Formats: sequence, C-alpha cells, structure tokens
Amino acid sequence: MNKEIIKIEDLKREFKMGNETVHALKGISFDIKEGEFVTIMGSSGSGKSTMLNILGCLDQPTSGTYEIDGVKVKDLTKNQLATIRNEKIGFIFQSYNLLARTSAIENVELPLLYNSKVSTEERRKRAIEALQKVGLGDRLDHTPSQLSGGQQQRVAIARSLVNNPVMILADEATGNLDTRTSYEIMSLFQDLNKQGITITFVTHEQDIATFSSRTIVLKDGNIIQDYKNHKVQSAEEQLAKLPKEDH
Amino acid sequence: MRLLNLFKIAFKAIVLNKMRTLLTMLGIIIGVASVIAMLAIGEGSKESIRENISSMGSNIITIRPASASSGGVRASADEMQTLKLKDYEAIKAQATFLSYATPLVTGKGQVINGSNNWPSNIYGVNPDYLKIKVVDLQSGSMFTNTEVKTAAKVALIGQTVVDNVFPDGQDPIGQMIRFNNIPFKVIGVLEVKGENTFGQDQDDVVIAPYTTVQKRILAIDYINQIMASAVSEDDAPNAVIEVSKIMRVQHQISNPNKDDFSVQSMEELISTFSSTSEMLTLLLVAVASISLLIGGIGIMNIMYVSVKERTKEIGLRMAVGGKGSDILMQFLIEAILISITGGLLGVLLGLGSTVLIEKFLNWPTSVALYSIVISFAVCAVTGIFFGWYPARKASALDPITALRYE
Repeated sequence: MNKEIIKIEDLKREFKMGNETVHALKGISFDIKEGEFVTIMGSSGSGKSTMLNILGCLDQPTSGTYEIDGVKVKDLTKNQLATIRNEKIGFIFQSYNLLARTSAIENVELPLLYNSKVSTEERRKRAIEALQKVGLGDRLDHTPSQLSGGQQQRVAIARSLVNNPVMILADEATGNLDTRTSYEIMSLFQDLNKQGITITFVTHEQDIATFSSRTIVLKDGNIIQDYKNHKVQSAEEQLAKLPKEDH
Repeated sequence: MRLLNLFKIAFKAIVLNKMRTLLTMLGIIIGVASVIAMLAIGEGSKESIRENISSMGSNIITIRPASASSGGVRASADEMQTLKLKDYEAIKAQATFLSYATPLVTGKGQVINGSNNWPSNIYGVNPDYLKIKVVDLQSGSMFTNTEVKTAAKVALIGQTVVDNVFPDGQDPIGQMIRFNNIPFKVIGVLEVKGENTFGQDQDDVVIAPYTTVQKRILAIDYINQIMASAVSEDDAPNAVIEVSKIMRVQHQISNPNKDDFSVQSMEELISTFSSTSEMLTLLLVAVASISLLIGGIGIMNIMYVSVKERTKEIGLRMAVGGKGSDILMQFLIEAILISITGGLLGVLLGLGSTVLIEKFLNWPTSVALYSIVISFAVCAVTGIFFGWYPARKASALDPITALRYE
C-alpha cells in the first residue's frame, strides 16, 4: 500500500586509490517505503558514509540502480542531481551546518532560495511554519550563536522540512548533543515521522536505533542485518526517565 | 527571480563582512580615484595651456628669420637681418588669409622717469599690433599710422612699467619718459594681461611705432619679426602656406628646405605644448592604472580567501540544491558588487580630491566625463575578471569534500 520512496538494487560503489580499487559497497539491495523511520548503522569503514552520499544524491553509484521517488538517479547530470537534492531530500548534519551570523529564519529559507518556483512571500511563510513545527516559532530572528546546540539542530531540522522533501536524511544528527538533548531531538523526529515523513537516519549509536521502526546494519560494504523494530521506544518516555538535571 | 536571490545572498555576504569588504574596496577606490584625479590634472593643464596661448591671440602667425647658412656660415636666428620691411609690405599687399599684420622690432633698455628707472623691453610695431595680440588699452589711445610714418616719439606702456616708473600713482598719460635716453610721450597704458604660459610678464613692455624704434633706438633697417593674424583660426594653416609662398618669392628661394624664415601659427605652438602635457598625463594615468590593477588583485585575493573560508558553506549550499552555476554567480556577483561599489566611491573620492587640488594647490583641473566612464568600466571588468577565477573554483568544489571541510 505504502509507495516506495527509495529503491536500491545491486548497488556497488568502487573507489580507485592509486592502483587499488576499494569496494565501499558490494552490491546492496533494499527499499524504503513512505512513512518509514530507518536507521542505517555500521562502524566506520562499513560503507555507511558512502551509502549516505549516494542516498543524498551527492554521489553516484558505480553500478546498480538507485531510484528516489520514481526517479532513476544514475546518469543524471550534476545540475539534475542538485535539483533532486533541492526538491526531494532534506539534509541534517552532525555539525548542524547553519550559516553563521544569519538568522534562524534565513537559514531555514536557504533551500528555497535555490528553487525559483517559490516566491519570496511563500518562502518566508514556509520557513516560519517549519520553525514552528520544531518548536522555535519564537526564535525566528536568533542567529546560531544565540542558540543552544539542540536549538541549532532544530533549526537544521526545520531547514530540512521546508522544501517538503520525500525523505529526510540525517547524518549522525545527534552526534554532537548530550543524551538529554539527543532524546529531545529523537522525540522530534518521531513526531515528524508520525506525521508521515520518511526519515533515514545514519548513525553508529545503538540506542538511537531503538527509536526507529527499522534498522539496516552495514559491514564491509554489505548488509548484514535488516530488521523491523516491533518494539519502538518512545523517545519522550525515555526522556522522562532520565535523571533531572540540577538546575 | 533566481538571479535576484543570488544577488541577495551575495549582498548579505558583503554586509556580514563590512570591514573586510571595505578594505578590499580600498584598492579599487584609490585606483579609480587616482585615475580620475590624474586625468583631471592632465586635462586641466592642457586646457590652461591652450587658454593661455589663445589669450595671446589664437590666430597669430609669426614670421621669423630662420637659421640658414650663407656661404657655409650659420647664423643664429636672433642675429639675422634677412627679414626686411619690404617682406612685410609684400605680405600685407598679397596675403588673402590675413586680417592684420605688423612688423616687429624689439629692443631692451632702461625706462626712465625722473628718479625712477626700470629695465624693460620695447616693441616697435604698427597700430595693428593691438588687434593681433588682442590687447585693449586701460587708458589713452594707440598711435596712428601717421605717427608711424613720421617716427613719432610716442609710446604705450604696460602696467608693470607704470608701477615702476610712476610709483606715486600719477597718471602716466601725457607724461614724458625716456627709453635709452630717447624721450617718449606716453599716450596710452595697456590693459593688464599677467604672465603668459612661459612665465613672461606680458605687462613689462613699452610699445612704440616700429619706425621710431628702428631709427632712434636700434638704428637698424631690418625687422625682427612679422606678426600677423589669420582671418580665422581655421584659416591659420592656409595663411601659413600662403605667407610661406610669398616669402619664398621675396627671398628667391625655390627649395622649401632652404627657407631662411619660419612661419608658425599659434595652433602649432598649442599642439607642441599639448603633446608634452599629454605625455605627462599618460604617465600619470599609467601609474594610477597600476594601482587599479593592484586593487583588482586585492579583490581576487580576498575572494580566494572567502572561497576557502566558506568551503563548508558552499558544500551546504550545494547539498540543499545549489547548482555549480548558482555558486559561481554568487561569488561573481559578490566580486562585482565590491568592485562597483568601490568604483562608485572611487569616482566620488576622485571628484572630491580634484576639487581639493584645484582649491588648495591652485592647479588647473578639468574632469573629463570619459575618465569617469572609463575608470568605472575598467573596475567593473576588473571585478568580473578577478572574481571569475575564485568563483569558478568555488563552483567546481565537490559537495561531499566541501561539506567535510574543516
């Protein structure tokens, strides 16, 4: 019933390092359906980052097919890839990657600046909505330096939502945050997921995976595990269980 | 729409880095300002030379004896006695492009009035002289042709002479002065003309009928110069040709290379002096252009640093959908904005300093519109030229590498 957002078949990615060929991904196949919350796990060197780059249309596979929202990504030009990134994917990074000295609202507007179909008024309206969705409706004009790490990541999440992507792609999105704040962020992701937004979360932290509905584990360029999580933990509940901070 | 957005992004980057932008602009500002100021000084001096020479009479044509060898002996032009009154008469009778002509004999001597004396020059001329030189009288009147014929001892004097030999503020008209012990009756005072381009005091002069000067003061039968004025400035070149022909007939010269006289119009003099000042202007502008070039390199330098510094930002922009061309345009627009704003400020500074130069240094200046247009265009091109390479570099970045850049 749910349509497939991501379709990957026998995906390979090789890098030439001098005379040696490094096989980063060795023929991977999986699908992600609309409304799923997938964590892609793996230690460093597992091919996780390569997977993320390809999923994010920042990189092209050497062979195999990658389809996002019905579009075959292979053989697209750089500019076509940029348009796909702009219209179909919302990026969230470990280090937030907000523009310094630029207000939250302007940071959120950024992806829409590269979409000529969106007018200035529309852009502002959608940015405000996105910020309200992540609970920062009262911090529109704050610059990153005036916001905490958690708040900065919320701005980044708002930025990833603003173009109504078919999938949010998060790269270690809680990696720079303390446990409490990362649970808050995970709770936000779960909320967004409940609203029907597809999320792919790349991480190496075990506990993050417990909040997702499905986990794919990579090792040495192969999928070694792909399982549905039938007992999804609620990040909100976990947050409540954490000891109160002393202040 | 898209371009407008890129414009906003570039503008934002500039505003966020005010100090850096200003310092970058400084090179361009100084470059443009100095080009404009230098050109203004050059143009100004050219114009003032032209004006000065024109004030001496722009249609003036002078005929002088030129150094020619006779029997292998070459004489200096000053000592030559080849120009005779009959040459003047021939020119007067035959030339059609001339409106006025006068013989000119000059001598030096002491002007004496009672106990006051002053060394000055005496010019022996006919009444046409005032019209040729475009000089008016302050008071009194010019001598007449009859007075020329009778070699009357009458004279007109310039203001400098008046100041020195009539120091009491006495009216010189009707007074007797002596020039080299020859008594002259002062019948007029010339209007004040000041110094000419060559720093010569045009008011330090005594004017008398040429016959008087020839016979009574110098005791010569030749003349030093013939001075004439062409019918119009445009006719001056024709007049020069015509006079040369008449002179050749007079002096029985068939080969123009052996002319023992020279005919020169003011126009030639002006162009001689203008070309000197043009050379100078060119030199000044060359120096100023170098500073404009350095300003351009400054832009390239800062854009380079900017691209490096904002590598991560570029990666992010690419990740959220910025195309290579968007990034290229963003940085290019930024460079152009900097150079154009710098150019505008430079034009203002250039105009301002021109005014100050004129006011405080008393140098003649004249701002030519073309200098503004050119320097502004140059700095816009500079922006594109020097902004292109860093912008190109930014746009060619790989988004993955750029995002991971620390």
